[in-house]
Amino acid sequence: MDITFEHVSYIYQENSPFAHKALDDLSFHIPSGSFVAVIGHTGSGKSTLIQHLNGLVRPTHGKVSIGDFQLAKGMKPKNIKELRSKVGIVFQYPEHQLFEETVAKDIAFGPANFGVSEREIQRRIKEIIPMVGLSEELLTRSPFDLSGGQMRRVAIAGVLAVKPEILVLDEPTAGLDPRGQKDIMDMFYTLHQKQHLTTVMVTHSMEDAAKYADHILIMNKGKKYMEGAPKDILIQEEALNAVHLDVPEIIAFMHHFEKKFGVELPFENQTPKQLAKQIQQLIGGRLRNE
Amino acid sequence: MQEKLIEFRNVSFRYADEQPWVLKNCSFTINQNESVAIIGHNGSGKSTIAKLMNGLLFAQEGEILINGKAVNEQTIWDIRKAVGMVFQNPDNQFVGTTVQDDVAFGMENRGIPREVMIKRIDRTLQAVGMQDYRLTEPHRLSGGQKQRVAIAGVLAVSPQVIILDEATAMLDPKGRQEIMKTVSELQEKQNISLITITHDLREVVQAQRVIVMNQGGKWMEATPREIFAKKADLRQIGLDVPFVAILADELKQLDIPVSGKELNHEELLEELWTLHSSM
Ligand SMILES: Nc1ncnc2c1ncn2[C@@H]1O[C@H](COP(=O)(O)OP(=O)(O)OP(=O)(O)O)[C@@H](O)[C@H]1O
Ligand SMILES: Nc1ncnc2c1ncn2[C@@H]1O[C@H](COP(=O)(O)OP(=O)(O)O)[C@@H](O)[C@H]1O
Ligand SMILES: [Mg+2]
Ligand SMILES: [Mg+2]
Repeated sequence: MDITFEHVSYIYQENSPFAHKALDDLSFHIPSGSFVAVIGHTGSGKSTLIQHLNGLVRPTHGKVSIGDFQLAKGMKPKNIKELRSKVGIVFQYPEHQLFEETVAKDIAFGPANFGVSEREIQRRIKEIIPMVGLSEELLTRSPFDLSGGQMRRVAIAGVLAVKPEILVLDEPTAGLDPRGQKDIMDMFYTLHQKQHLTTVMVTHSMEDAAKYADHILIMNKGKKYMEGAPKDILIQEEALNAVHLDVPEIIAFMHHFEKKFGVELPFENQTPKQLAKQIQQLIGGRLRNE
Repeated sequence: MQEKLIEFRNVSFRYADEQPWVLKNCSFTINQNESVAIIGHNGSGKSTIAKLMNGLLFAQEGEILINGKAVNEQTIWDIRKAVGMVFQNPDNQFVGTTVQDDVAFGMENRGIPREVMIKRIDRTLQAVGMQDYRLTEPHRLSGGQKQRVAIAGVLAVSPQVIILDEATAMLDPKGRQEIMKTVSELQEKQNISLITITHDLREVVQAQRVIVMNQGGKWMEATPREIFAKKADLRQIGLDVPFVAILADELKQLDIPVSGKELNHEELLEELWTLHSSM
């Protein structure tokens, strides 16, 4: 499903002294099947943006289209339940998403709510638990008696169990250990490709944006600041620094290298292995013969 | 000799009798004015350690001493004055109706005079970059903003040790650096200790010492440099090493004789420069 924002503004507590414009005249288009990274400083409006994707909030001005669904101010939301069965959101704080007595019931809640049969739900749980890196013995535990990283995995499992067409991830790897971060991201990416999902991921990890996204949207103070392909956006150190962001560490290192050695070392999405090879050529083809 | 601030002596803990042990025979010491990072896979026991340190939980076996005093029901009020903590999830830690009330709350509890309170509210909100939000209701803040306010609240009561349990996880990269800089400066200037529980390898590098947890036990305790030299072992237990260590490793495999002990860009670049100019 395509996602389109046309001149969307969102104001929290409109018409009150506390009115706060969290999104400001935001327009963009995401074709179906894209993997988009949304990046921005804290408070830049990322979470507000993604809450529009399943109609949790509706624009104060402007229009949001998700496939055939439309969201605008004053419009009675039609088929909002259908929209929510198609757009799965993993929220920033997973513990807010959990509420059932056991982990198993928590994961089952979404699909049951959308009319999936009990047998199918059990089948999905069996399939998803290892995918998110949980062990089956946790299924009978209370979701509130888990570590932070385990809760996040349960919340992710609950969203995957609905089998959405659009997967929305709000800082999905925050709180996961390094292996967990890589495993979960690889899992999302495989799912994205196999099931032809449209994926929207809010992240602070420029590394993940470089590795998985095909499109990047940078937010600043509720507005769109930059938009484009990762290789064009992620190298702009000054522009990113200006809005509280970093370039991926490999790029920062390459920039430092260029300065120190007075050579050019362009970013082509190198792996550390490939970069090591380039460095070898640049500084010491001769080293080996010593 | 360094003064001991926190001491874990053969501590074991489980959340309920029929449940497995979550910490197994854990011993370590945190000294005064020291900065220590605690790392480990999800569920390895890090947050449990933090909660044991300020008496939110009590160990079934072993002893926990803070300033030489055992943590128990009688001592927790004193202990909580010494141990300030910021949690993984900021929402559970707000009590005030505005940001400034929230920062004031901990100080009121400790009977800090009003004039001092006002000064500290200013200073700490400034330190975390939230001075413009004094009158905002905490639940209207974004995730990262909440985390900053929670940190200000802890800074305001000037504890002897600050525990940050993944407190910067939701911040943008620059915000994370700023907060870490703020607390590190405080740690150095004001003679306090800092315990950072984190999955962010760049934060770990900044600590003087690292405790690595694995499945409820202390796996290793050493300097960041020593820890990150064990790339294969760390990966085995679900952890990783920083980018610089990964790149150094790749360079070594190409027979470029870097040391493999670098912790930041400058160190690695300097070594490469020396190799380059010695040719
Ligand atoms: N309230 C609780 N009741 C029962 N078990 C719990 C509770 N809190 C945590 N546990 C369990 O104790 C173990 C250690 O949890 P802890 O929260 O200390 O881990 P952690 O190292 O902080 O993990 P993370 O990196 O995911 O935050 C885990 O197996 C977890 O499931
Ligand atoms: N419930 C709310 N009420 C009022 N203001 C809010 C609310 N939630 C967020 N905001 C404000 O809107 C802005 C954007 O917040 P958010 O979308 O959560 O940012 P991000 O996810 O990029 O950190 C912030 O300035 C924040 O303070
Ligand atoms: Mg957010
Ligand atoms: Mg934890």
